[in-house]
Amino acid sequence: MTVDFNAIPLSQLSIGSSCRIGEIGLNGLLRRRIQDLGITPGTTVECLRRGPSGDPTAYVVRGTTIALRKEDAYQINVFPI
Amino acid sequence: MNKGHKMILREHFGIKAKSDQYVIALAGNPNVGKSTVFNALTGLRQHTGNWPGKTVDNAQGSFSFKDTDFLMIDLPGTYSILTNTVEEEIARDFICFAVPDVTVVVLDATSLERNLNIALQVMEITSKVIVCVNLLDEAKKNKITLNLPGLEKELGVPVVGTSARQGIGLDKLKEMLYLAVKEQVIFRPRQLHYSPEVEEAIAQILPKIEQLGLSDYLHPRWLALRLLDNDEMLLRKVSAYLTANSDDDIYREVSMAL
Repeated sequence: MTVDFNAIPLSQLSIGSSCRIGEIGLNGLLRRRIQDLGITPGTTVECLRRGPSGDPTAYVVRGTTIALRKEDAYQINVFPI
Repeated sequence: MNKGHKMILREHFGIKAKSDQYVIALAGNPNVGKSTVFNALTGLRQHTGNWPGKTVDNAQGSFSFKDTDFLMIDLPGTYSILTNTVEEEIARDFICFAVPDVTVVVLDATSLERNLNIALQVMEITSKVIVCVNLLDEAKKNKITLNLPGLEKELGVPVVGTSARQGIGLDKLKEMLYLAVKEQVIFRPRQLHYSPEVEEAIAQILPKIEQLGLSDYLHPRWLALRLLDNDEMLLRKVSAYLTANSDDDIYREVSMAL
């Protein structure tokens, strides 16, 4: 995979903005689970709001809101749109 | 498939179907109205408890349609049947090893895209799948229009639209289940194609898996995929459950091969 300098970790996406999923840098069960929830390369994801201590963060994926921990969202590369 | 073996397999899951009852599994994501469909079909003829050895609720209920008896099992709601929460394990094991006569996958009409994941996963394991697109009333409220005949064509299995809360479409679902168990429906479940490397690997091991004679229970292609996944737990279960058929040494071979 070519390095894309526009990519940022999903955890750095600001509230209210959207992005397209790039590479999922997770492995094993968690990777599988993330994909099962509909987060696959090319999917549009919107950052909805953050938890009181800045973690976890709620994202809208394919019409459903799901929460991700910061450390997990950090492993997912996205392209802001 | 040996009928006695089928009954033994089902007993592992606490299912005691009468010999003339068809076993129907009900799968789907959480919050898609699976239990509403279940309740609407079975009414008060229900038995609830836990799955053997697990603290996960298990509900089974019976209903009949045109003199045919059905036993319906409400599986835990899951997003997938591949990863390893207890609920997903139960749902997958039931579909794989309790050999339901038909599996109904309930989908949420308001977020079909995400819901189709589990439908495709179930269709990889077994052919006899009926897709029930529920919450049509919600979809209508959200101004979502659905092309169910188109979906049916794409998936290759029957698609029935329902609004279980209003009791709409349930007769159609029962009719479809009836036709399915009477073998009057042709199932051609759409299979996913993976990257060339994976497909090549599947083609390599597929002949060996087909020799094992498990295709009455599981799609050989699915087993090949799990082998490539190195899903050791599942492979151990395949040999454990399917070796119960005493008149065949093939199954012992599976355990050796795996």
